[in-house]
Amino acid sequence: MGVELSAQCDESVAVTLRDVVVLLGDFPALASLDLSVNRGEVVMLTGPNGAGKTSLLRVCAGLVPIARGEGMVMGADLRHQRASVRSRVGMVGHSNGLYDDLTVRENLEFWGSLIGAGDDELRQAMSIMGLDGRLASVRVRGLSAGQRRRTAFAILVVRRAGLWLLDEPHAGLDSDARDEVDEVLRRASASGATVMLSSHELDRAQQLATKEVRLAGGVVVGDPQ
Amino acid sequence: MSSVSRLQTVRAVCAKDLRIEQRSKVLTSQIVPFALVMLVLFAFALDGDVILERTAPGLVWLAMLFSSMIIVQRSFVVEIADGALDALRVAGADMSGVFWGKWFALIVQLVVLEAVLIVGAIVMYGIDLQISGLVLLVTSSISATCGLSAVSTIYAGLASGVRGRESLLPLLVLPVASPVLIGATRAAEAAFGAGGTVVSEGWPWLGLLSVFAVVFSFGGSLAFGPLIDD
Repeated sequence: MGVELSAQCDESVAVTLRDVVVLLGDFPALASLDLSVNRGEVVMLTGPNGAGKTSLLRVCAGLVPIARGEGMVMGADLRHQRASVRSRVGMVGHSNGLYDDLTVRENLEFWGSLIGAGDDELRQAMSIMGLDGRLASVRVRGLSAGQRRRTAFAILVVRRAGLWLLDEPHAGLDSDARDEVDEVLRRASASGATVMLSSHELDRAQQLATKEVRLAGGVVVGDPQ
Repeated sequence: MSSVSRLQTVRAVCAKDLRIEQRSKVLTSQIVPFALVMLVLFAFALDGDVILERTAPGLVWLAMLFSSMIIVQRSFVVEIADGALDALRVAGADMSGVFWGKWFALIVQLVVLEAVLIVGAIVMYGIDLQISGLVLLVTSSISATCGLSAVSTIYAGLASGVRGRESLLPLLVLPVASPVLIGATRAAEAAFGAGGTVVSEGWPWLGLLSVFAVVFSFGGSLAFGPLIDD
């Protein structure tokens, strides 16, 4: 099945899910969900709490196995190549995946060392996210919420993630920090990354998104473009 | 960007864990004093030089086991506090390399704790340690530490995604680590000459500790990734 879908996936498609079911215990977090996302799109996931937004993002990150159906993410099969899927995507959820006792630079060095990123790539990522200069040597526990988010996004840049999966990237941030996040996402999109984000900041997210996907009860109920 | 060997992952994770410990100073400012207080309380409870000298090896290893639980908890708290463990999975990190990195960093911290506890026991309980006993004590302690570190890393990873992990971890680790407690205590008894034992009686226990360390270390490196995933 995965091979058939793979054959149908061309390089312009970032995510293809077909009849995907994900179970959390006995509860179907995603129930027979179909979705297609083209590369370079910024897709906003909307829907009430429990609609399946986070589950969908975690499935696309290869963190949650699918119980039924089939899917391809960045050219890798979700059923049989989850490790490969993970190496091609980056996810920032409610948390940032940072170490509080390390500085911004040390965090980036650590995550960079896991993929063999060089000094130039780290410098470039810090520069893109405005983390160079004094901020680079500040411990993460001393950063504002917006700066922490930017550091997490810098890791995605270092990892050269082709698909950014962002679960409520505006949550817990003040207005300035939300603007910072939006600016970063615009830059990521301009550089060719595909972005899927869930957000309760509908107006803000709609300005960023090229496509809106509405979920309810674990299925797509609207794709209003 | 170049591909990364498992050794590079081990080095990165180990260096990161030790740097975090060096910055936070939880081991030196909280855990080591806690372990020493435990030794003092054992002395108050058992009140008697002969009893203390006889039971010192067991007391040292009990203090070691209980204190090690705090170090192990701490080692994984830094991974889950801001979702770094999930981020490691998404980053496609070699989870076997992550296991060995955390295993080694834990060993370094446990060895420091052991050294303090043994010196503390020698000073407080009046133990007379000979050179031949010291060799047995060092080798058996290192073997025991490798095994304890492996078991702790496996179960701490397993419990990291579970609610109530703080109380669950000792329940999971302590029963499985009981061969380490038995082997290390018997070897330390022989090293200290407690209860009329001689050093040669301790060497067979080193074999048990070594087998335990090898089985759980290599088993853990294979199982860690799937356990974290599920």
